Amino acid sequence: MSISRREFARLLGIAGMAGMLPATGLAARRQSEDLYQLPAFGNVRLLHITDCHAQLQPVYFREPNVNLGVGAAAGQPPHLVGEKLLRHFGIAPGSAEAHAFTYLDFNTAAERYGKVGGFAHLKTLVDRLRDEFGREKTLLLDGGDTWQGSGTSYKTRGMDMVEASNLLGVDMMTGHWEFTYRQQEVLNNIDAFHGEFLAHNIFITEDALFEGADEYIFDEDSGRVFKPYSIREMGGARVAVIGQAFPRTKIANPARFIPDWTFDIYDDELQLLVDHIRGSEKVDAVVVLSHNGMDVDLAMAARVSGIDVILGGHTHDGMPKPSVVKNAGGQTLVCNAGSNGKFLGVLDMDVANGRFKGFRYRLLPVFAEQLPADPAMVKLIDQIRAPHLDWLNEELAYADEMLFRRGNFNGTFDQVICDALRERNDAEISLSPGFRWGTSVLEGQKIRMEHVLDQTCLTYPETYVREMSGAELKLILEDVADNIFNPEPYLQSGGDMVRVGGFDYVCDPFQPIGQRISDMTLDNGQPVDAARTYKVSGWATVGSQSDGADIWDVVADYLRDHKVAKIAKLNTPRLKGAAGNTGLADYSA
Amino acid sequence: MSINRRSLLKAIAAGGALAGCGVLMPRLALAAWAEKAFTAEEQTVAMQELYGSAEHEHTTEVILKAPDIAENGAVVPVTVSTGLENVETISIFVENNPTPLAAEFVLPAGTQAKVSTRIRMGQTSKVTTVVKAGGKLYSAAKEVKVTIGGCGG
Repeated sequence: MSISRREFARLLGIAGMAGMLPATGLAARRQSEDLYQLPAFGNVRLLHITDCHAQLQPVYFREPNVNLGVGAAAGQPPHLVGEKLLRHFGIAPGSAEAHAFTYLDFNTAAERYGKVGGFAHLKTLVDRLRDEFGREKTLLLDGGDTWQGSGTSYKTRGMDMVEASNLLGVDMMTGHWEFTYRQQEVLNNIDAFHGEFLAHNIFITEDALFEGADEYIFDEDSGRVFKPYSIREMGGARVAVIGQAFPRTKIANPARFIPDWTFDIYDDELQLLVDHIRGSEKVDAVVVLSHNGMDVDLAMAARVSGIDVILGGHTHDGMPKPSVVKNAGGQTLVCNAGSNGKFLGVLDMDVANGRFKGFRYRLLPVFAEQLPADPAMVKLIDQIRAPHLDWLNEELAYADEMLFRRGNFNGTFDQVICDALRERNDAEISLSPGFRWGTSVLEGQKIRMEHVLDQTCLTYPETYVREMSGAELKLILEDVADNIFNPEPYLQSGGDMVRVGGFDYVCDPFQPIGQRISDMTLDNGQPVDAARTYKVSGWATVGSQSDGADIWDVVADYLRDHKVAKIAKLNTPRLKGAAGNTGLADYSA
Repeated sequence: MSINRRSLLKAIAAGGALAGCGVLMPRLALAAWAEKAFTAEEQTVAMQELYGSAEHEHTTEVILKAPDIAENGAVVPVTVSTGLENVETISIFVENNPTPLAAEFVLPAGTQAKVSTRIRMGQTSKVTTVVKAGGKLYSAAKEVKVTIGGCGG
């Protein structure tokens, strides 16, 4: 095995050449350690994780340099990237936090600060924050997207993550990718989960109720499949937590796995629920554990009143401070806690006599090197991984440049996937979903099968090759663009723009549907002809199962073949109307 | 609650009609099929054919419940209810469907004015419900998005 650049850098340091490297070691470390010293405040501490995507091991995760805000969202959190984000939140450039919250100088900073997350390191941090505050006054809440995103979660149908969540001590969770397993598997996993699975916005279909679903659902009269909320007494207060699962699950992911359940936002039902809880449960605080996505959280906070805090996820926005939203009942805090195990949200609240009197919020980056691994969690993770190590650890190729996904348009790892689809399937054009999960690989690192799985592992991995007209391609791009750039958050579905291979286009995110995409041009310079058909390859079909090889095998074959992951051309659109947008930096097309 | 939801659903399915459930009776069986309205390709033409007028008053007293985004365009759940008196019919139009009139419900006198159905939508469209009550036409409308889906974060 060859040494990685980071290990090489460390060896250089040991060899007395540290002066040649950026400020590293102790100074960086001391700064990071201070991150975890939180002064005591209030009587209730809520710890929040979300969207870990089954990343049990520490990872690199690069934040976006393109996260455009449209309509009322323009210029507002979470649509801030790079230096604009640092300025908005008052974070010192070059600091550990600047590295955690932005893409800036990512490769170098990642080598300096090391990997983030990992359940063994997260466990150490969670336990410390619970013990310091008083364990009985704390809750650990998980916003979901926990059971999907790794090779081991795929092999165990999410059960590995249930076991890890149990050991971590998750008290309550809600979900989204959890529902990409089959209904019965979801129910089995929830049975094995020691915490509570909450979702007020998942209802049984009438057909299923008729067929006997009343045997297992939470409440037949309301039709709710899962428990909608839970109340805990802690620190002399009563805290209600309502679960809000991802409302677009059956649109964004295959409906066929969960035919009997139906999802939506349901503001009216949520308002009734909040009013009921406030009216009859004698609570001191109402919290919504949400998987809406931050734009939807912000809109929902303005429309529904009586909620003190929304702890949100889905759009993978790691926001250092809460957004405060005014509404008819006063105000609601909206906190979003990033992804991939990179952050732990800590909300200390002072609540009593039915009033939310004050709070302190921190979104702590989980720097694995600053937090010793919890031995029990290490043991569990080793057990989970042991049967699959040969598969996970196969070295496929070198990364010629840093590989990442997150951002509104093609990331470098997406381009590798799109190039692999075109080459292996002899296609002119390729399409790859704009998921927001997928970890980063640093320049010069070996790409192992595990990294490919981080980018591709889901329960509908089959690839396809089919003929599509230029007009159909444009329709697809327009449709997906509207799911991201519609100025009405309730009409967005989260996710980023579909990734493309073999052609470029011009995108004006600020136009209505049908007018955002133009000038589609093949890599050879010819315009995409609306009337001509093209051979297109892609994966992760939502409607019905495709019949090609699994995407990770297609990408792995491509990488084994090439030995170095080199990107000849990044197919990313030329943008119109985006100049000056706070969600755009270091972008060229 | 004396009767649970499942039993109620079964009773409806088995009996075909409980007291006041006239909404379940097909329009066909009750009166002449409004063929020209159901085959009209323009919404205003369909309204004209059905009611003799395409004029209707938007009112918050008609409540149209439909999703912002359809989970499945082939079966979009729609519920219409109103507190208006003397409701005679409730109809549902999907402007961008090839034939916009999707359903007409004829309510016998004294029936609670609340109907639910599922409509088919080929693409994003405004959905309009028209309630005929006391000889007048009232309406509510909402845009329902139909998307090819996929790509969720």
